[in-house]
Amino acid sequence: MATKASRSAARIMMAPAVVLLLGWMLVPLIMTLWFSFTKYLPLRGDSIERGLDWVGFSNYVRFISSSSFWPAVHTTLIMVGGVLLITVVLGILLAMLLDQPFWGQGVVRILVIAPFFVMPTVSALVWKNMIMDPVNGIFAHLWRFFGAEPVAWLQDASLSSIIMIVSWQWLPFATLILLTAIQSLDSEQVEAAEMDGAPSLKRFWHIVLPHLARAITIVILIQTIFLLSIFAEIFVTTGGAFGTRTLTYLIFQRVIDSQNIGLGSAGGVYAIILANIVAIFLMRIVGKNLDA
Amino acid sequence: MGQIQLKKVTKSFGSTEVIPPLDLTIEDGEFTVFVGPSGCGKSTLLRLIAGLEDITTGHIEIDGQDATSVVPAKRGLAMVFQSYALYPHMSVRKNIAFPLRMAKLSQTAIDQKVEAAASVLNLTDYLDRRPGQLSGGQRQRVAIGRAIVREPSAFLFDEPLSNLDAALRVGMRLEISELHERLKTTMVYVTHDQVEAMTMADKIVVLQAGVIEQVGTPLELYRTPRNIFVAGFIGSPKMNFMTGSEAAKHSAHTIGIRPEHINVVESGGDWQGTVGVAEHLGSDTFFHIHNTGLAETLTVRAIGDVSLKHGDTIHLSPRVDDIHRFDAAGLRIS
Repeated sequence: MATKASRSAARIMMAPAVVLLLGWMLVPLIMTLWFSFTKYLPLRGDSIERGLDWVGFSNYVRFISSSSFWPAVHTTLIMVGGVLLITVVLGILLAMLLDQPFWGQGVVRILVIAPFFVMPTVSALVWKNMIMDPVNGIFAHLWRFFGAEPVAWLQDASLSSIIMIVSWQWLPFATLILLTAIQSLDSEQVEAAEMDGAPSLKRFWHIVLPHLARAITIVILIQTIFLLSIFAEIFVTTGGAFGTRTLTYLIFQRVIDSQNIGLGSAGGVYAIILANIVAIFLMRIVGKNLDA
Repeated sequence: MGQIQLKKVTKSFGSTEVIPPLDLTIEDGEFTVFVGPSGCGKSTLLRLIAGLEDITTGHIEIDGQDATSVVPAKRGLAMVFQSYALYPHMSVRKNIAFPLRMAKLSQTAIDQKVEAAASVLNLTDYLDRRPGQLSGGQRQRVAIGRAIVREPSAFLFDEPLSNLDAALRVGMRLEISELHERLKTTMVYVTHDQVEAMTMADKIVVLQAGVIEQVGTPLELYRTPRNIFVAGFIGSPKMNFMTGSEAAKHSAHTIGIRPEHINVVESGGDWQGTVGVAEHLGSDTFFHIHNTGLAETLTVRAIGDVSLKHGDTIHLSPRVDDIHRFDAAGLRIS
């Protein structure tokens, strides 16, 4: 990339990708913005060909004043926060465990990654029918074995159950990134701390954890992006009932169940705003770790 | 106090014995250097003393107390690592203060000791920087500072200068020697560089394959190497070795003579050969000489700038008193 010619050649060659990506993002975004200001009820005969009625901010007002809006935001934040907490904490512990030399290390590491390859729909169904089912699930058998009343997980502890399912899916990702980070820790640093009189817990706190800060940041940022849009796990388990309706799911219900595209689009714009607020907070809290 | 005694210490990794039974006493206040080729077990020996590795059999005593199963932190030793092992996310101040914080000293005592160490090591201006913002020599000094504040009974250095460039290395060598003069604390220093060993040590321990080949002062090792290995390892450039008829003349299996003990003469002389490479350093000239009929190449050190070039014939006369004689087993014949 040294000469003028090679720079402009590079620009020309990058152009298709840039244009495609921009189109991919901008077209849906603009359409969502447009729909959110119109009355668009396909079942009542509204369509783009016939022209949509401009209704101003009424969709926004209606979406935010709905009794399900704030609970949905609340649920979203709890779900994202819960999964992040579980995956990061367990991820660090698992990564440290996998970093120890033991027999069958290679096989175990592959097995640990396995849940990440299972599709969200499939894993949610497996958890729902084989593990959490109050009659035939493994948990139910376990509870009965100890003489306890089986728990109807997805009814009585619905939000926690979904957090558990999603955490199970994302734990491998966190573990893997944190494991590679732990492996890059200079063993002499740990030994120096040992010589300096730091017992193992303090070595973890003062040496290992600061070393992992950057990796933890990356795990949190990437997971947040994906966790804000969790859908399949809710759809196949509770269908948004029992207090598991996140903002994403609420938008889905407005668009598909109520067939109100205008209202759903307004919700989509709120979701964008929420995602940005979360992103700003995250960057404030953990983003400074990314500076070298 | 800082006397370290190793008694019948062995170390095995799995079924490989890295250090066969070894006895060694490091006296209080002594600057002891472990030197040997890479893989000779000198770093392992240091780590055994530090407690970072468990010894397989035998005992380690520090100041007469059995320290074999004492954890590293409680042995009263401080170590400076090859990679410096500074904590990258802490400032220089916090790095140096870390062992004191772990020892739960009061904040005022910590500040006082850190300032004192920093002024000794010329680090006062850098206290609030991170290790990543320092040069190699400064990092090295921070690592030493972190060791000093603990006031250990002995310092352990694991090849501390090997990551520095040549000029800095000479400077740090002096600084560490001066530090030893000032603190009078026992220091154990591991290096593969015989120049470092010769210049810094009170006592050199030459190791090969985990076995101590010889222990002595630098000049003892230079003048009376116990065997061929020590003779070849100590001294730069390397000693010349000859076998066969030339050795037989001195009734030995092998004879060795250092490059500085061979004189270059105008004509005559006992030996002659063709100059291969001549390294002119100004103060000395090193000649690598072929076709002597004695050894494949002969290294000769001439004082000053001797103007002999590649291909010239050179006449040499060895100083007979400085010839070292070895028997068939490689041991010195006195």
